Amino acid sequence: MNQTVEQVEGLIQKRYKAGFTTDIESEMIRPGLDEEVIAMISAKKNEPEWLLAWRLKAYRHWLTMAEPKWAHLNIPPIDLQALHYYASPKQKNRPKSLDEVDPKLLETFDRLGVPLHERARLAGVAVDAVFDSVSVGTTFQKELKEAGVIFCSMSEAVAEHPELVQAYLGSVVPPTDNYFAALNSAVFSDGSFVYVPKDTVCPMELSTYFRINARDTGQFERTLIVAEAGSQVSYLEGCTAPMRDENQLHAAVVELVALDRAQIKYSTVQNWYPGDENGKGGIYNFVTKRGDCRGTESRICWTQVETGSAITWKYPSCILRGERSSGEFYSVALTHNHQQADTGTKMIHLGKGSTSKIISKGISAGRSNNSYRGLVRVAKKADDVRNYTQCDSLLIGKTCGAHTFPYIESANATAKIEHEATTSRIGEDQLFYCRSRGLDEEEAVALIVDGFCKEVFKELPMEFAVEAKALLEISLEGSVG
Amino acid sequence: MLEIKDLHVSTDGQEILKGLNLSVGEGELHAIMGPNGSGKSTLGYTLAGREDYQVTSGSIELNGEDLVEMEPDERAAAGVFLAFQYPVEIPGVNNAYFLRAALNAQRKARGEEEVDGVNFLKMVRESLKDLEMDESLLKRAVNEGFSGGEKKRNEIVQMAVLQPTLAILDETDSGLDIDALKLVAHGINQLRDGKRSFVVITHYQRLLDYLSPDHVHVLSGGRIVESGGPELAQRLEAEGYGYLEKAS
Ligand SMILES: Nc1ncnc2c1ncn2[C@@H]1O[C@H](COP(=O)(O)OP(=O)(O)O)[C@@H](O)[C@H]1O
Ligand SMILES: [Mg+2]
Repeated sequence: MNQTVEQVEGLIQKRYKAGFTTDIESEMIRPGLDEEVIAMISAKKNEPEWLLAWRLKAYRHWLTMAEPKWAHLNIPPIDLQALHYYASPKQKNRPKSLDEVDPKLLETFDRLGVPLHERARLAGVAVDAVFDSVSVGTTFQKELKEAGVIFCSMSEAVAEHPELVQAYLGSVVPPTDNYFAALNSAVFSDGSFVYVPKDTVCPMELSTYFRINARDTGQFERTLIVAEAGSQVSYLEGCTAPMRDENQLHAAVVELVALDRAQIKYSTVQNWYPGDENGKGGIYNFVTKRGDCRGTESRICWTQVETGSAITWKYPSCILRGERSSGEFYSVALTHNHQQADTGTKMIHLGKGSTSKIISKGISAGRSNNSYRGLVRVAKKADDVRNYTQCDSLLIGKTCGAHTFPYIESANATAKIEHEATTSRIGEDQLFYCRSRGLDEEEAVALIVDGFCKEVFKELPMEFAVEAKALLEISLEGSVG
Repeated sequence: MLEIKDLHVSTDGQEILKGLNLSVGEGELHAIMGPNGSGKSTLGYTLAGREDYQVTSGSIELNGEDLVEMEPDERAAAGVFLAFQYPVEIPGVNNAYFLRAALNAQRKARGEEEVDGVNFLKMVRESLKDLEMDESLLKRAVNEGFSGGEKKRNEIVQMAVLQPTLAILDETDSGLDIDALKLVAHGINQLRDGKRSFVVITHYQRLLDYLSPDHVHVLSGGRIVESGGPELAQRLEAEGYGYLEKAS
């Protein structure tokens, strides 16, 4: 009996390795959402007055809005008044360096494979670690400073670089943009801030690891990356949460600004807890990500590998304002069991000669539903725009769904827009071929899926491509047979 | 070595093999000929363990082991290899990676040590050279965009690397020009070591000219209806299968 329970638990652990909880006292603001709570969040963070005013304005606008209903998702009602909007691990004083961070927190990130301490840091990757509502520390601060790059938590940026934050915050995703963005603007707690000065190539990969730990809390982080003219930066975010029976809300906003000839590469490996095989629990991942190619020949590239979350609502987009600017979107979205995903991108072509490329790979298994939703819009004055979209769906089994919703709105006749879409089922032929060569069923599925995703994986930084591949394999366990 | 007794196989509710008997000894090469639709590929799939081909009665033993109850990957580890009549494309999966994963999966299942990248490359390179295939083939995706002839030769490369104890080749010679045919025959002969056994399904005498089979069988209507030596293949080449209809 006991042994069976252990075996089952072992299996679940294998399936979602990040499902543990850290036993640490946390400091919470009472549940509920109102102006007082917002003022409390702002006070906790010693924010300047302009920011509190900005939050309250967003909140008042949010009150007039309704949840979006257009996505191909079945979202149960969320009681926003029952949530905590702020939770932080209790620390006596704000740690001045990583040496002062609570060992329990360091151990948590260790277990997640993101060591923060000096000895074991990932070579060539600077990490900002966000635990519930606050950043617990950022590695390689000194090295980055020497290069002139600012990489810190949003709270720190508000304190240390208020002029930069004020100039760019909300300039890409205005607080009124949509329901979840407005909510985030009102209550956002932490996140990362990156500023790369003119003509600077950021000397290492930057990465933020988001961890939800506390019960009944939402995570509302906000990330802002500004790349000055001629600069380059590559940024990666990873995310996990413990396994819980209740659903938890994650509503983030990410804003990218690329000036003349600047290049920003933003990669995501999203592995929030997806819920169990009966669809109980899991994270609601409602995220607004947008990049503004403000400068001439600027370039923004989104790469995402989405395997987690109970529900995903996410459309990393590019506003191609600059002449000859370019936007790219590479996506692998995998849904299993009862997961739902409605994800894709928007490429808004405003600049002459701007180009965009969209490669989307959707994989559905179990009883899941996976939708691609993509908009390509060309403004009247934007001559000679080019877009290429390729959108492939792979079905595993017979009870899942894949859907494609492409929208093309072109107001300029010189635009060249290409769209290709395929849907296929993992073939019995392919499976049998692999198995007849000696691979077992899971190895065979993993191999076929990996091949299907190749074009996207090759866009990820090396270390993360390996991680993404391993993640897909784990997420697919038990999807056949 | 391989003992098939009174084998009945159905797919989609239709019986295709109807009491097939075949005995292949160690080191022997048997050719199987027969009209289209007679069940030759079905025999190959059944030996390799394809799920939708159900063995309703009869037995298959390989060196005394019951194959029927084994999964396809277990059969592969036990030494069964099927060169497909229509090799399957796996987009995005590197050909060399695929073959090494297969080799190591088999070795692991047999409790043998895995082969490292360097030794693996050495093995494949030799096979490629033998079959006069370009090394660039290793970098391409499994069978994707391969010509018909390249696909067939790729099966032989896989066979050479995996070193099976029983190889079943399903019309590997169909669609090959005479030069490619010679290479394939050479690939097979290279592996003939007096221990390995072969079942070669073919329509053509010309392949058998290079292979000198120990036995030739005619499969028709789901049964072996005639067996003989190499002279049987020559007679079929000259006379065709017309006599089968007259007999039945
Ligand atoms: N998957 C299948 N479903 C239904 N019928 C099949 C299937 N595979 C083969 N058959 C039928 O079985 C018979 C034998 O086919 P096959 O073994 O491919 O013959 P051969 O290889 O000798 O040409 C044919 O009548 C064919 O139509
Ligand atoms: Mg056939």
